[in-house]
Amino acid sequence: MGIRITKPAQEMDKGNRSLPKARTGIQGLDEITGGGFPRGRPTLICGSAGAGKTLLAMEFLVRGATEYNEPGVFMAFEETAPELTQNVRSLGFNLDELAKEKKFVIDFVRIERSEIDETGDYDLEGLFIRLGAAIDAIGAERVVLDTIENLFAGLQNEGILRAELRRLFRWLKDRGVTAVITAERGDGALTRHGLEEYVSDCVILLDHRVTDQVSTRRLRIVKYRGTAHGTNEYPFLIDKDGFNVLPVTSLGLQHQVSEKRISSGVSRLDTMLGGEGFYRNTTILVSGTAGTGKTSLAASFVDAACRRGERCLYFSFEESPGQLIRNMRSIGLNLEQWSKKKLLQFHSSRATFYGLEMHLAIIHKIVEEFQPQVVVLDPVGSLIQAGNRRDAHTMMIRLIDFLKQREVTAFLTNLTSGGEALEKTDIEISSIVDTWLFMRDIELDGERNRALYVLKSRGMAHSNQLREFLLSPKGVDLLDVYVGPNGVLTGSSRLSQEAREKADALARRQDAERKVRDRMRKQEALEARIAALRKEFEMEEAEAETVSVEAVSRETMIADNREAMFRSRQADPVKDWVVAKRQKGAQ
Amino acid sequence: MKKSEGNEEAIPLSLQEIRERNEPAANEVWQLRLYIAGQTPRSLAASANLKKICEEHLAGRYNIEIVDLVKHPQLAAGDQILAIPTLVRKLPQPLRKIVGDLRDTERALVGLQIRLR
Repeated sequence: MGIRITKPAQEMDKGNRSLPKARTGIQGLDEITGGGFPRGRPTLICGSAGAGKTLLAMEFLVRGATEYNEPGVFMAFEETAPELTQNVRSLGFNLDELAKEKKFVIDFVRIERSEIDETGDYDLEGLFIRLGAAIDAIGAERVVLDTIENLFAGLQNEGILRAELRRLFRWLKDRGVTAVITAERGDGALTRHGLEEYVSDCVILLDHRVTDQVSTRRLRIVKYRGTAHGTNEYPFLIDKDGFNVLPVTSLGLQHQVSEKRISSGVSRLDTMLGGEGFYRNTTILVSGTAGTGKTSLAASFVDAACRRGERCLYFSFEESPGQLIRNMRSIGLNLEQWSKKKLLQFHSSRATFYGLEMHLAIIHKIVEEFQPQVVVLDPVGSLIQAGNRRDAHTMMIRLIDFLKQREVTAFLTNLTSGGEALEKTDIEISSIVDTWLFMRDIELDGERNRALYVLKSRGMAHSNQLREFLLSPKGVDLLDVYVGPNGVLTGSSRLSQEAREKADALARRQDAERKVRDRMRKQEALEARIAALRKEFEMEEAEAETVSVEAVSRETMIADNREAMFRSRQADPVKDWVVAKRQKGAQ
Repeated sequence: MKKSEGNEEAIPLSLQEIRERNEPAANEVWQLRLYIAGQTPRSLAASANLKKICEEHLAGRYNIEIVDLVKHPQLAAGDQILAIPTLVRKLPQPLRKIVGDLRDTERALVGLQIRLR
């Protein structure tokens, strides 16, 4: 039940330390009032029949009694105690139990005009005494008067009544109780009998409007003395947990920025997104024509998130949870296991079932309760049916802001209807999302195939390529697409192109191998020739050697012969001649 | 908390029956209860006016009980008392309430149905 106070509300609180407040314990109401109703003063709640006045007042008392240990008195002018007890039992409030614990008193005041005559002066001291006795009996700090205007129906003397009401509110202030007074909405005025004249510290207006057959409950703080309060109309819910005010308009652009990346559940898509997937706490939009696999991509993302142990909320506006689980099983995703492990929660409702505000309110509430890390809205475009285009756009902005503030990664899908510009969303949120994936089908050779590309992805380098998106029993996969002379090739065209490329590659490889072999052969031949030439050269060399040796020996022989001839002639002394000869030879 | 009270008005009655009901038998004892809150001038006036009316019109067959809510605040809820002073005609049936200090005797008589409107 705890309320997480958003930044603006905290600031409101800080600025108003001086004015003591009584927390209502009602989700969201404390947030927009900056801490609750003015303590020790009366608060007026007005609204038309069925707007939820009694319930708001009742919850104020019950929460006070159960959560803040402030006993309360409920003075009922319309419904009897058993009726009231029964009415709020469905909200889990056990008034009998609280009454036993002396934390709660219901005093039913019955006014029967037909059995009352008036003669002369009177005052409402009886009412004061009853109220005083009830307050004293349990030491009440909170009082509800529901609906005190009924006095006007029972008593004739309006002059006395007005004076006494003024005295009553004064008296309540003197008693120091925090009072809530409910009043019926009047024509052109806040209340039928002008009670706002007397209760001027805090006035809250409840409204129940029906537009295009869709009803939305709204709450507005008309005035709150001494407090900076939200002035917008806030949608509220009445459900099994009671009253829920949704301060969805009090959001800004102050959300935390995360550097962490998370997988999209499709590894090749992660690769396309700078290799690491989406940024955490961003908004991802997948748009595309019918049947392109947007839901399948969302389911893959959810599956991956659950695998990481994150909590996921899946809002489906078209399919029931059972149908989603069955359909996703066909692409190999077992979402049921996550649902059983309480990691995944489905919420299916038709977009036309509630108004936009109510959708927002419900999403708000469920997100607060479940505290997910991932929220899927599938498809957001259908929300236009719940309102008009502009309202839906505003609602989406508020929703996205809210999810970002809660540090939730939002995954939205949007159907692009045929005939419209493709890179466009009906709901016009393309400019506020961080990552936009686009899916389309490509028609070629009598086939329709799916293709995906990243239209934008803030803050990361992403692939510029078109990929074929394949759904198989093993899951989602992305394949390369071929761009041929006739455009992008997908499906069997891609397969035949692949086969062709494979054959070409084989041929090229064989060609290359043959060339290598040729070269090797050439090399071998060349080497053989080189070897032969070398042999020849060696032989020639050897021959040349022999010749030169022979020439030398012949020379020596000739010289020896000449010496011998000289010796035999004995013309000169041998000795001198030999020396001369030797010297010459040495040179 | 809510005390069940006779809701005679709900039953359709003939004119004759209404007369009979509104003109109680002459010998019936009137049970009257006056709620006051403390001895205020208004309370005292109401009490005095009531006694005067009863002595004049119901001499010897009335019974007045005065309840001071300041002393017995818990008694206020029983007769659904809001305004002070309130005179409750417990008997004869049906229950009637007259708020105010009863200073207008004619209206008080009509209210008590001692005299028909």
